[in-house]
Amino acid sequence: MGLVLGISAACGTGGGDGGETTINVYYAPENNFPKVVEDCNRQAGNRYRIQYNVLPRGADDQRVQLARRLAARDRAIDVLALDVTWTPEFASAGWIREWTGQHRAEAENGTLAGPLETAAYQSKLYAAPKNTNVQLLWYRTDLVSRPPSTWDEMIAAAQDLKSRGQPYQILTMGAQYEGLVVLYNTLVESAGGKILNDDGTQAVMDAGAVQALAVLQRFATAGVTSPSFTNQLEDDVRLAYQGGGGAFQLNWPFVYAAMQSGAPDIAAKTAWARYPSIQPGTPSRVTVGGYHLAVSAYSRHPDEAFEAALCLRSPEHQKFSAINDGVPPTIEAVYDDPEMEQAYPMRDEIRAELKDAGARPSTPAYQNVSTVLSATLSPPSGIRPEETARELRGSLQDALESKGVLP
Amino acid sequence: MKQEEWRLAWLLCAPAVIVMVAVTAWPIVYSVWLSLQRADLKFPQQQEFVGLENYATVLSNDYWWTAFGITLFITVVSVAIELVLGMALALVMHRTLVARGLVRTATLIPYGIVTVVAAFSWRFAWTPKTGYLAEAFAQGAPLTERASALAVIILAEVWKTTPFMALLLMAGLALVPDDLLKAAAMDGAGWWQRFTKVMLPAMKPAILVALLFRTLDAFRIFDNIFVLTAGANETSSVSMLTYNNLIKGLNLGIGSTMSVLIFLAVAAIAFLFVKIFGAAAPGSDDGGRR
Repeated sequence: MGLVLGISAACGTGGGDGGETTINVYYAPENNFPKVVEDCNRQAGNRYRIQYNVLPRGADDQRVQLARRLAARDRAIDVLALDVTWTPEFASAGWIREWTGQHRAEAENGTLAGPLETAAYQSKLYAAPKNTNVQLLWYRTDLVSRPPSTWDEMIAAAQDLKSRGQPYQILTMGAQYEGLVVLYNTLVESAGGKILNDDGTQAVMDAGAVQALAVLQRFATAGVTSPSFTNQLEDDVRLAYQGGGGAFQLNWPFVYAAMQSGAPDIAAKTAWARYPSIQPGTPSRVTVGGYHLAVSAYSRHPDEAFEAALCLRSPEHQKFSAINDGVPPTIEAVYDDPEMEQAYPMRDEIRAELKDAGARPSTPAYQNVSTVLSATLSPPSGIRPEETARELRGSLQDALESKGVLP
Repeated sequence: MKQEEWRLAWLLCAPAVIVMVAVTAWPIVYSVWLSLQRADLKFPQQQEFVGLENYATVLSNDYWWTAFGITLFITVVSVAIELVLGMALALVMHRTLVARGLVRTATLIPYGIVTVVAAFSWRFAWTPKTGYLAEAFAQGAPLTERASALAVIILAEVWKTTPFMALLLMAGLALVPDDLLKAAAMDGAGWWQRFTKVMLPAMKPAILVALLFRTLDAFRIFDNIFVLTAGANETSSVSMLTYNNLIKGLNLGIGSTMSVLIFLAVAAIAFLFVKIFGAAAPGSDDGGRR
């Protein structure tokens, strides 16, 4: 695809410190991101050069590496990848800069509301959304004629397939980690519930949250999961589905591209639909994932860093990343691009889910909340809705105040 | 000794002492200091001295005691199995006449493989659909239930560190005088009697050192659990719990408190071995001559 070459006026070489200004970007592994970086370097002329430093693959490992560097005031980080759940933590620790003025306006321009909300903390913008993410329901068209619209329907369909001796499993992430929290958060949001109050200071675990516990427990004990359910991460789920054991898969859109090359026969029999809801007639509210780009508080070249971040998430680069790496754009107009129709066929379902997406709780202590949730919910078959909710009200409150011990 | 000799001795030691203070003593002192603070990287403004409050929090917490129990269980069971298997391996290595180098090399291979790499192999092997062990020996997914997950963790530990045990015990076997064994045989002692009455007493210092090393090591188990279960289904060790609080939770106060407690537990284990069983560091004089 042709990228527009911005010819920038060469107005000074940006800093008289000799040599070229290097902007160090710490970003998650993304196959074709180096091409985006290259293009931005071309656009920057000789004012700065972006250096792409690849973070580990797992979100926890990324966060640990960034937190260690920033806590040590590492001046060699300029731009960093921020998972949507880290914004409050990094902002309140004083590790990332607020976006203001022209930069803020450009970051907000045309950006979808759901992802943008997760880049703000206490009504200040701390990052520019680079890509978003929502899980979809993937199902086998040779086994299922019409995609189920609720969890009850899906579980019943799987039990029916099981009784007829056909592949029946509903595959999704159930290991004790963030993936289980994403699953639970989607259920809570779909049931109209709340885990924490809106400013993230009190654990509430209301009726919707209790109903979500019941649904999760029922799903885990209905005999429709994989035996490995409680030890599966994203890629395990993808592989199990590609192996032909599942009739349904709840997973991120990356599985689409991976399936085309990994299991073309299964891919040909796979379609996608909106994530199932809890109440018939009320659509699901699916947890948003994705990455922002933030500028480090310890960067020596903040102006260039903001500019580089904006270039890396510009509309044309988001389109390029969506088509080549499968990551859903955060800028709404990109979805309407004619090129997207062919290369990104599930764009309508993704956009529909993003319209009323559910964010995860927003608090600087999110990691504590997540650790407590995943430990308490694992294994989901052991959930006793009322009792588990009562337990969580206490342990989540401790986690918010960073009192007590994390499991 | 003359004063000048003392001076020289200290001068010669100084570089090592300085390095040890910088890389060992200072971090220990610093973590003790941190363990007395409320210190959380997420809330940098709230740092304050809280005395022993963190210790009260940790020591009254169920997660901590569950992890402590699991750690002790894994330590005791895995070290016991390793001792028996290690002794058998040591005897084999000691006695082998043909292909001695080959036998010893083959035995040491598990110890040479990076723990994380081996742990991933175990993880895949015990996962249904991708693993041969799960297909052959298990119904369901062994890593998703507490008892079977602990068994797999212990198996991985034993597989990995038995060679180390065997190596230390083989050094002990070399201490057993051959003429003593021959004399015992002449007096009509059978194989078992020679093993228990002659070899084991002569090997006692080596056995205690091997046990001490392995116990201290096993108590700090982290990498196998991190890869195999990540602590799911209550399989966390104290080191996993410390990692979750210190590195993932960024809670320096609570995390340091746990580090200090692990340090104290390890020190207590070493103290028990030295005082009660009379283990001695290799090379010290009175070992084996009591």
